[in-house]
Order: sequence, then C-alpha cells, then structure tokens
Amino acid sequence: MRPFKFTQAADAGSAVQAVSFNAGAKFIAGGSNLLDLMKEGVENPTELVDITRLNLTQIKSAGGGVSIGALAKNTDTANHPLIRQDYPLLTQAILAGASAQIRNMATNGGNLLQRTRCSYFYDVAMQCNKREPGTGCAAIGGINRNHAIFGASDKCIAVNPSDMSVALAALDAVVKVRGADGKERSIPFTDFHRLPGDAPEKDNNLQHGELITSIELPKSNFASHSYYLKVRDRASYAFALVSVAAALELSGGKIKQARIAMGGVAHKPWRATEAEKVLIGKAATEENFKAAADAAMKSAKPLEYNKFKIELGKRAIVLALRRATGKA
Amino acid sequence: MAFEENDVALDADQQMTADEEALLDELGIFGESRRKFLGQLGGVGLGALVLQVLAEEKALAFSDSETAYVAPAVENPVTVSFTVNGAKKSLELDSRMTLLDALRERLGLTGSKKGCDHGQCGACTVIIDGRRVLACLTLTAQCEAKSVTTIEGIAKGTDLHAIQTAFIKHDAFQCGFCTPGQICSAVALMQEAKNGEASYLTANVRQKTGALQLSDDEIRERMSGNLCRCGAYPNIVAAIREAHTGKATDPMAISQMEVHDATV
Repeated sequence: MRPFKFTQAADAGSAVQAVSFNAGAKFIAGGSNLLDLMKEGVENPTELVDITRLNLTQIKSAGGGVSIGALAKNTDTANHPLIRQDYPLLTQAILAGASAQIRNMATNGGNLLQRTRCSYFYDVAMQCNKREPGTGCAAIGGINRNHAIFGASDKCIAVNPSDMSVALAALDAVVKVRGADGKERSIPFTDFHRLPGDAPEKDNNLQHGELITSIELPKSNFASHSYYLKVRDRASYAFALVSVAAALELSGGKIKQARIAMGGVAHKPWRATEAEKVLIGKAATEENFKAAADAAMKSAKPLEYNKFKIELGKRAIVLALRRATGKA
Repeated sequence: MAFEENDVALDADQQMTADEEALLDELGIFGESRRKFLGQLGGVGLGALVLQVLAEEKALAFSDSETAYVAPAVENPVTVSFTVNGAKKSLELDSRMTLLDALRERLGLTGSKKGCDHGQCGACTVIIDGRRVLACLTLTAQCEAKSVTTIEGIAKGTDLHAIQTAFIKHDAFQCGFCTPGQICSAVALMQEAKNGEASYLTANVRQKTGALQLSDDEIRERMSGNLCRCGAYPNIVAAIREAHTGKATDPMAISQMEVHDATV
C-alpha cells in the first residue's frame, strides 16, 4: 500500500473541501472495498479523508418515503423497522451481498461506490481501460463469464457488483450529494451509475469531491409483492452471476405497477423497462412472467463465455416474479 | 567464521559461534537434525548463511546503533487510543497500518489470523463495539475510541465462552487457523440472533420477530464469511447449534452427522 495522509473530517463541509482541493484524495468510510483495492495497487490515493464521524447515519421517514443516511451501515439499514416493513426488497438485496462482517463495516454511500470485481481490473499486470484509461480491455478477449450482456462498449465489459444498488434502481431511489460549493443536488438512481462508453474509468456521475449525504426512497406500494433473487456460484458470499429485483403493485387481480432491475449483467444496475411494460395491466400469471422475461433479455448481447446469462436471466426473472407474488 | 572445505558436521557443531547457534535455534533445528543439517551444508559453510541473514537484518533495520529496537519507517504517523479486550491502548503508527497488523505486530495479540488479507476468508474477524468485522480491512487510524474484542478476550479468565466449549466438544476445527475468526464470528452471530436480525434466508423480513431460533441452513448462511479450508463445516455448525440452542448433543451420534444437501 502506498503512503497516504490520513485526515479526520469534522463535518461534511470540511470533508468535501479536503477532497475537492486534492486530486489524489478520497473519502474513506467502511473501507472494505477501498483498502482492498489499495493493497492491490489498483487505487493509490495520496490522502484519505475519514468521514465516519460525520452525522449522516439517520434512517427516518421523510416526505412519505424514507431517507437513509450515506453513513448508516448496511446491516443497520437492512434491519431497520422502516426498511423491513416498507422496503423489504432493499433489506433482502443488502442481505444478499457480502458477509455479515462486511455488511457491518460497509456504509450505504460506500456500497454505491464499490468498484467492479472484474478480475482484469483487479490485476494490475493486465490491460484495463477502467484502471488505466487507454490501455485496452483484457476481458473482451479473455475469460468473460462474469461480464456484461447489456450496455457494454468496446472499451469495457465490466459489471457493477452491488446488490443494494439493484434494489435501489427498482425502487426509483434518489441520491443526494453535496459539492464543493456547499450546495446539494439530487441524482435519480438510474442516472447515478454510468454505462462504460468511452470513459469506463468513470463508474458514476459524481464529480471529484462530491459527497453522498443520503439516499431518498420514495413512497412505495411494492412492499407486499417484491423479491430479490440472487444467482451465484456458491450458496452465499459470492457476487451475482445474475440477480433480479422484482416489485409489483397488484390491484383487482391486475398488475398496476411493475419494476424489474437486474444485477450482474451491466456496468450499472439494469432496469428492464421492456419487461415492466409487458407486465403492466396484465394478470400475475406464469405466462405473463415468461413474456416479460423474454422482453427483458431481447436486447442482450452476450460475449464468448457468458451466453448462459440469457437463459439464466429469463429463469431468474420468472422465479423472482413468482416469489414476489407468493407463488413459489 | 567460514569453515574449511573438509570440516565434518560434528566438528562444525562444536565450532559454532553464538550467532550461528541462535540462527539454528530460530530455524528449529536441534540435536540429530542439527548435525545432519550441518553435514549437508558441507562446503558452503554455515558462516556464509549467517552472514547473509545478518546482512539482511541490518538492511531492513535502521542504522541507529544506540537503540535496541528500531521500528520500520513510519510514514504519516497517526496516534490512536482505543480499548482492546478491556485494556486501554494508545499507539502511534503508520496511517496504512490495518487493525490486524496493529493487533499482531504492535500489541502481540496473534490470535487473530492473517488468512487472505483481502476480506475473503474471515480469519481476522474481531468484534468492534459489539459488531463482528474484518480486521484486515479496518484501518487502525479509524479505531479511535472504539472497543475491540479479539479471540484473546472472548473467555472470561479461565471460563470459556459457550461457543469455545462447544467448538472443543464438537471438534470444530482441524488445523485451527480459521478458528479464532470462526469463534469471534459465532459469538457475534449469537447476539444477532437474539436481536432478531434478518438474513437472506429469512422467509418474511416484514414479520416482526424477537429472538430467533436458527436452523442449520441459517447458521451456514450467517457464517458464510468464515471459510475453513480443512472443511470442518459440519462440526462448526454442530458446535454453533449447541451453543445457540443450549441443547447438548452427542458429537459422535450418527443422527447429528450431516449429509450435505447440494440443493441448499
């Protein structure tokens, strides 16, 4: 690990100032991803600004929904009565990720900023446009079993590793951030993370020094019919091959609102809007679930080693919808 | 210090300097094997080996001969005061130093193990302020005013924690390297179950619950952050089940042995 200056931030304003004025500085909260990347030499900050003492740990009702602090721990968020009762999809998604130890360390803001687990990104001996822009992508012609089937570019085929983010995309959350000018801005969740395009080094649309302060969950009518399904190589403590956040609002035997988001398939949490359109106004039947799954995967562009994700994705969507409606 | 070409092993053993004796002691080479080792060393001579080791040690240390022990270079020093197993500690250390390294290298608490050092194995699990965490991915600099419990602080004096007793009874280890992490993790798991905390296997997270009775599948899910390369998992689950339920089981009874269900 390269030497770095360690700074304790007293408040959000000074934390943002400290990072904004040093291009080599980064915030550190739980550190469970950042320290690992620093040990690997993937991240080499010259200064870490510790934000864990900032007062951003609230989880509270706000405007009909719930506001969750950027520095609340993943464990505390998943187990908070407001989240368990009104956003069980988020509870499930958080608990599908990592291990108990890591969820105890990880903060909500940090979860959104965790970096891809693409093995070529992690290995500093390999070409990677995300780690070192312009060097190429070793994954494209490499072992790309875990990589993207949606929205990839010829520069990067990495996927976003977060489970929590998949649920937040389905729930239409909003990310509040604070910039160097002291002003707050709100970013709709589906605009928070980026597709790789020509700049895969940018995972999201934050400016350097901008600090996530909270994640706002709008009022939800999905609590009775939602499910987070994660498919992985082992039963627990592994990243998703494919995951599905499914949420339905049912009314009079018909689907009034539908949300489908997928993990493990794209550079950002992937909203399957085509599938959602298929479901709206229909009955919650196996046949309609299958039609939605087909629609979701229609635009998939698999790579050499991840063609299996198309069929797996379809089955995962159907199973998630079944479980969301109490049918399996 | 160098030996002549024709020195025989037994003679060499008698001619060793204090440095050479110390080196062989450090290498754990005694008695018969020491003589054999010296015999095999033959013409190369132990002296050359000693010289090389001493040179490396000097290269690694600072050249201040006045100081008995000189720590390696500390860059960006930070001072941290925190509690470890009930005792107040104050350390000045490199900002890069993880809690795991501070425990092992600075406080002599080598119970917490460095398995992968990347947050993938759980061997370094400790409890901070009541929550199990990974010491290898925790900066000591972030531990100011926190209370850390390591495996050395789990028992009360000579009274073992119920999890420790159950691990011994059920032979819940083979090599033992993952055991301190497994035990710290299981101790915290018991509290999480008492708190009614959910897991990915919880059937309905909306249902309010008090203290939980965990199934074996739940124990496996909640312990998935602790890997055991010896594969002592069935015994680890049996030990945690016994401590968690309070119901004693016979570790030798066939009915307690698990058949792995690949569909889980």
